[in-house]
This record gives sequence, C-alpha cells and structure tokens, in this order.
Amino acid sequence: MSAVLDLDTTTNAPPPASRARRVMPGFGLTLGYSVAWLSLIVLIPLAGVFIKTSELGFDGLLRVWTDARVLAALQLSFGTAFVAGAFNALAGTLVAWVLVRYEFPGRRMIDGLIDLPFALPTAVAGIALTALYAGNGWVGQWLTPLGIKVAYAPLGIIVALVFVGLPFVVRTLQPVLAEARVELEEAAATLGATRLQTLRKVLLPTLYPAMLTGFALAFARGVGEYGSVIFIAGNLPRVTEIAPLLIVIKLEEFDYAGATAVAAAMLLLSFVLLFAINLLQAFAARRAGRVR
Amino acid sequence: MNRSTSSPTTEPRWLRRLLIGAALAFIAFFLLLPLAAVFVEALRHGLDAYLNALREPDALAALKLTLLVAGIAVPLNLVFGVSAAWLISKHDFRGKALLVTLIDLPFSVSPVVSGLVYVLVFGAQGWFGPWLIEHDIRIIFAVPGLVLATVFVTFPFVARELIPLMQEQGRDDELAALTLGASGFQTFLRVTLPNIRFGLLYGVLLCNARAIGEFGAVSVVSGHIRGLTNTLPLHVEILYNEYDFVSAFAVATLLAMLALLTLGLKALLEWRHGHQLAARARH
Repeated sequence: MSAVLDLDTTTNAPPPASRARRVMPGFGLTLGYSVAWLSLIVLIPLAGVFIKTSELGFDGLLRVWTDARVLAALQLSFGTAFVAGAFNALAGTLVAWVLVRYEFPGRRMIDGLIDLPFALPTAVAGIALTALYAGNGWVGQWLTPLGIKVAYAPLGIIVALVFVGLPFVVRTLQPVLAEARVELEEAAATLGATRLQTLRKVLLPTLYPAMLTGFALAFARGVGEYGSVIFIAGNLPRVTEIAPLLIVIKLEEFDYAGATAVAAAMLLLSFVLLFAINLLQAFAARRAGRVR
Repeated sequence: MNRSTSSPTTEPRWLRRLLIGAALAFIAFFLLLPLAAVFVEALRHGLDAYLNALREPDALAALKLTLLVAGIAVPLNLVFGVSAAWLISKHDFRGKALLVTLIDLPFSVSPVVSGLVYVLVFGAQGWFGPWLIEHDIRIIFAVPGLVLATVFVTFPFVARELIPLMQEQGRDDELAALTLGASGFQTFLRVTLPNIRFGLLYGVLLCNARAIGEFGAVSVVSGHIRGLTNTLPLHVEILYNEYDFVSAFAVATLLAMLALLTLGLKALLEWRHGHQLAARARH
C-alpha cells in the first residue's frame, strides 16, 4: 500500500504548486511562448472558421447545410468512415491479439509495418490503392468479373479508409492486451469455464473500451481524410464526392463562406459523435470494471 | 508463450495458426500489396524511364521545396514541443488539462480544414488579405502558406512525445541541479536534455515524416504552381492526373522509401532505447 502511495506522489500529485513554481525556472517564459504560439498557429485561425460561418447568417447556413450535394457528401464521408472504423475495430483487434499473444517468425517486422499508413504519404497510398483496385489492376481484375466495383465507387473509399485507420486500432489495443492479467483467465479456467467462455465473459469486456477508442480515432481520421481517398473515389458529385473534397471545390470557386460552412458542419458533427462515443466508452469501462 | 496445446489459457494450436494466418493475410493484402504496387508501377517501363522521371526539373524543384518546408516546420514544432513539455511536466497551473487537449486539436481536424483556416486568414478575401496585397506580401499560394499549413498539421507531434516522457521522469533531477547552483538554462541543457534526447528524436522523426508527406492541407494553400509551390506529394498528384503514371509512381517511390526509412529508424529507437521513450511509445 505504501508503495502505491509513493508512486502517486511522485507521478500524479507533485509537491504543492506554490513551492514547485518558486524553485523550477522557466514558468513565465514557457507559458507565454506556448500559449502565444498555440493561439497564433491553431486557435485564432480555427476561430476564423466559426467567424466566417456566422457571416452567412442562419438562413445562409441552413441553405448550405440542406443543399443536396452537401448532404450527400457529409453522409458519404461519415458513412464510409463509420464502416471502415467498424471493420478496423474487428480486424485491428485480431492483428493486435496475434501480435501480442502469439510467437511466430517475422513478428517484430510485422509489428513495425503496422505504422506504414502513418508514415506513407496519403497521396502515395491513394494512387497505389487505385492502381490495385482499378478494373485492370492486380486485385480489380479478379473482382470485376464478379460484378464488384471497388475503385471509383463508395467501396473504394472504404478500402482507403481501412488502410489509413488500421494503426489507430492496433496501437490502442496492443498495450491493453499486453497488460491484461493472465491470472484472470487462469481463474476463469480453474472455475471450469471453457476457453470460449473465458474470452467472451472475462477478456473481451476488458477490451471493449480500447476497441471503442481505436474505432473513434480511426473514424475521426476517416471523416477528414482527403489524400488517400480522392484518387480512388472517382469524385462524382452526390455519389462518390467526400465532404473534404467539396470544401476544396468550393474554395476553388472562391465560395469561401460555403466551404467554411461545410467545414463547420464536419467539425460539429465529429464533435457530437466523438462525445457520444466517449459516453459509450465510459459506460463500457464501468461495465468492464464491474466484471473485473 | 505457453507452447503446450492443452493449456486452458491459450487456444488450441490449429486455432492459433488460423488466427495468425488470417492476421498475416490481412496485413499482406492491405499493407504490403499497396506498398509493392508503388514500386512495380514505377518500374513498369524499366529502370531508365524510372530514373528519367526522377531527373525532371519539376520533380527536383518539388523535392527541394519539400525539404525546405519540412526544414522550417520541424524545428518550429521542436521548439514549441520542448517548451510546452517543460511547462506541462515541470510546473503546476490551472487549465493544464485544457492546454494538453488544445495542443492535440490539429489531429482531430481534417487536413483540408487545416489549409482552409489559413486561406480565411491570409487569402485574398481573408482578414489580412487586402493588407497583404497592398504590401505585396504573398502567403497563400506561396512558400509561407505551405510552411504554416505544415506547422499546423504536425503541431502536436513533438509535444505529445515529450509530455508523457517528462512527466514519467518527474522533477527530482532538475531540482537537484538547481539546488547545486545550476542556472535554469544549464539545468535544461545538462540534465533534462540528455534525459529526453531519444524521445525528442522519436518525436522529430514522426513530425518530419508527416511534414514531408502532408497532402490535404498543403494542397489547399499551394495553388499548384509547377516548379514553385509544388511539394513532392502534390507533384505526384499532378503527374497522376496527367496520366503520366510511371513518373507519378517514380516520385512516389521516393516518398515510400522515406516512409520505410522512418519506420526502420523508429523500430531501431524503440528497440535500442525503448526505456528512454515514453511508455506510450513502447509496445
């Protein structure tokens, strides 16, 4: 018990503020610099989005938001990001599980490769995926006879977002799986649970919060993703035109207010959805806590 | 790992093999295949065509511009990252949690919106647009805009890496140095910096990879002027849209090789100096 307390005082609750501030130098300098730079680069420009949107007025804003093309683009962006995020939550969990729990040759290298979508520029991923899934591509030529169209269709957007979002789920789950206590599984086994029961009732509930976090990260990235999607999407208005592309198109037409209104809709929708996911996650964490 | 097949806390061997096979197939299909496609498409018409595409003056100009932009943006974020991490890990103050959240903000904004915000501020119809035109200063559709957009999208990288690391390390070392009479700057240089150098390197590595590869934000502020405001990823797009696929993929191989180098260095850092990186970076 005392060890736990010691740990707490050194990492979480450092000595009282007034005392530490007097001794440790650089408070004014780093506070001033960090806040000023953050405001200049991030906060003030971002505030511009909302100021510009307010110039439209309520009617103007509603006109942009209810425009069929805008609605279709928002629906497509959020829909494909949701599907890709859900797919990644499952596939990513499998990958994380295999990487943490099993030994096999090449495991380290595979583990390093998981970050490829973080490191590979999105434009490169975009043209590579398009080359693969186009009608005459390595993968596309097998799918076309089956009547499955990936490139230049919504399915292509999902494929690109799966690529981009995979590391978020795997990297969120790996530490959780590594720290999951094997004793709990042993206890369940001793009490007569089959392996499947142990997985379903003991292990999986502890993973749900991390799976949700990974899903939320992949989803948020997918909604705003641009580079990897525009090559494979086909960009047909109302069919395969994503919301970020619509912003770019409106900007190129010098419709700054319209572009900003779409951006504001994306920011607001993402915020509401992520807030809902947070609530769900808190609920899952509480349940996992009870199971534990 | 337990190798006996009948252990109650692991799966039967056939199931283990099945799961490993499924995960590997998924990774091969979704990660390795696209990577391989970049190189195969680039070499489709032989090595000469590949090398010629790389020798194009526009490609070289794009390479130079990309290095210039990353060369300015990364040090700016490095200084901010160190400053913010020092503030957050070594001091207590109100609103610290809010500050940490705000630093992460650029990660949750679409790259396109990251470019858009600067068009709203500095563009021809923006807040400072008329003033800038009057004084003949170009920011949007010029190098400063590219740098600003890149700084925005890579903003959290170094700070995110350093904050948990420096929080983990605590304040005892610095307090000891200060007690022994070191100045604040000496303490940072001789005590803190050696402790965080690998975390710093790790953050810079990731920041640099993103700075070089950024597409959406840069695309909005660039104006796509060949040879002048085209970074490498934008040049890939232009070549691709002109159906010059071999050239597009040839330039893309440069970026892909850089990504592979980044992954290699990252793995090396995690392997050799894992204990000197933040807990989050170790897997």
